[in-house]
Amino acid sequence: MRLERRTSTPASLVLLNIALVLGLMAATGSVLIAQAGAPVGASWLALLNGAFGSKLAITETLTRATPLIFTGLACAIAFRSRLWNIGAEGQLYAGALAVAALGSGVIQAPGYVLIPIVMLAAALAGAAMLMGPALLKRYMNVDDVVTTLLLNFIMALFVSIMVQGPMRDPMSMGWPQTLPVLDEATLDKLITQSRLHTGLLLALALSVVLALMESRSVFGLQRRAVGLNPEAARFAGIPATRVLLWTTMISGGLAGIAGAVEVMGMRGYVTGDLSPGFGYTGVIVAMLAQLHPLGVPVAAVLVASVFVGADAMSRMFNVPSFIADVMVSLSLLSMLAGSFFLSYRIRR
Amino acid sequence: MNEALDLFFTASLWAAVLRIATPLIFGMLGELICERAGVVNLGIEGIMTFGALAAWLSVFHGATLWQGMAIAAASGACFGLLHALLTVPMAQSQHVTGLGITLLATSLASYIYRLAVPAKSTPPTIAPFTPVDLPFLNAPFLQATAPTYLALGLVVVLAYVLWRTPLGLAIRMVGEHPQGAQAQGISVFSLRTGCVVVGSAIMALGGAFLTLAAFNSFVINMVQGRGWMALALVVFGAWRPGLALLGALLYAWFDAYQLRLQHVFPGVPYQVFLMAPYVLSIAVLIPMSKRATGPQALMMPFVKGER
Repeated sequence: MRLERRTSTPASLVLLNIALVLGLMAATGSVLIAQAGAPVGASWLALLNGAFGSKLAITETLTRATPLIFTGLACAIAFRSRLWNIGAEGQLYAGALAVAALGSGVIQAPGYVLIPIVMLAAALAGAAMLMGPALLKRYMNVDDVVTTLLLNFIMALFVSIMVQGPMRDPMSMGWPQTLPVLDEATLDKLITQSRLHTGLLLALALSVVLALMESRSVFGLQRRAVGLNPEAARFAGIPATRVLLWTTMISGGLAGIAGAVEVMGMRGYVTGDLSPGFGYTGVIVAMLAQLHPLGVPVAAVLVASVFVGADAMSRMFNVPSFIADVMVSLSLLSMLAGSFFLSYRIRR
Repeated sequence: MNEALDLFFTASLWAAVLRIATPLIFGMLGELICERAGVVNLGIEGIMTFGALAAWLSVFHGATLWQGMAIAAASGACFGLLHALLTVPMAQSQHVTGLGITLLATSLASYIYRLAVPAKSTPPTIAPFTPVDLPFLNAPFLQATAPTYLALGLVVVLAYVLWRTPLGLAIRMVGEHPQGAQAQGISVFSLRTGCVVVGSAIMALGGAFLTLAAFNSFVINMVQGRGWMALALVVFGAWRPGLALLGALLYAWFDAYQLRLQHVFPGVPYQVFLMAPYVLSIAVLIPMSKRATGPQALMMPFVKGER
């Protein structure tokens, strides 16, 4: 028995792969629901209803997907040129803190001035946080996975210091949270009486811009070359260090903006539990999208629907909402297995 | 300041060092075996979490403490097998697979725990390992429990196996140059798979130590980045068990010391002290990484007949 790389992948196999991934998710989900003692069919119905069943449900799913699109893009852009940014969670909080610091009264300006300024500040804060690991990787050979991962924990503690100390809202009745952002810095709602905000439009626009950058620009070509073979790229005269630094700025910046829109569009202020793991889920979103910028929004909506639906299901039946994380991580692993069969064939 | 110095010499500080170091030693050893064979296992954080749950749950339902350890190791081996399947014969990205395993194992542990113990009730406890009396001394040494001695013993065993046996040579070879190993008639697939399975079982013991010895109950998110620190320790120790053990002890000493410093300096936010171990982990990586020569084929999937 030996493995042989496929020269082309038949479309039927891709569809079969997707069907198998969904089938596995359904099977494991059913087993877990049954273990919790809930009616399986009714629970699935509750999940689907909670994610897509009404106008409100759909807006909730899209609201949940918005930060995931940003973190998913952050991971996809970094992974494509082999920068292993697992620190989107920390960069998200860096961006959120930047928004809380600048958007809550320090700068007084109309919205069309203030919003771009605080967003840019959030992007820079996120980028600055990734710059350390990127420079350490480039010049000191320090593993970027470990540094970006550990920085998440450092950032979580830093946020905790900030919301309990220097940035604490004196009017918060003792809750550890920052001052709310000004009305001028708040993103408009897309649909009244929902939580869906204009951050979604920005996320979709950035997906398109990044897809164009990857496929049509010189920088995209250079990034692809560095990702495929850094040594060869350097020999071909591609400024690999400059490409790495810009990749760092874009990836960290996107994660920072994820935190910004979450504060400016949803919460209004920063707390220690602003993100239920958006940064880590971003890795899954990026992989499910096969690292393609245009695939990221689709994958983000899919993942968000599982989370929102599972929340609804756990409210109706006594199924712990951790089931969403189990199903999403299983979909990632089964997709990895699938992509093996899509790129290799087994010969006797 | 005198108080800070006095803390240095108390036995309770050194007892805390051993208690904090033990899960790191298990985790570091497990990761080291995987990486020596050329496979990075980022599932470590999740595998430790699941090991902690599996051990606690089985003891809670009537298993003995050692049976709990064995069940934890078996659960770790299962996740290890999954990681190995995807990364070794299927040649998928080791980073992404590992993160997927961590998310799967962590969320599965939380799910199972929630089913066993409803929310908002205080975590049920078990009777944990007690310090063992040493022969001749007839008293426990620094409150150390049996799993701590197991961890220290495993360091010696692993160092011996890796550098003094043909098996160790073969393991290091598939991590350095799998094509060469294959040419020697060594099965790269089975050796790498075996190492990841055994390594993951050992990692899970680190989690089991948390619930069966360091504490007496399971809490969601109780591993709190210990897995990632073990990962950093492997690099710090330049992929050598002895050096990594030194790193784990140094790190645990620092951690134990900062816990006590919190009481000496109440004016400083306590989070600053909690941050210190993570900052230290990154700081020690910087001088070590520049010269560190890890396994050359680390993270390189091996496909027979492809170069």
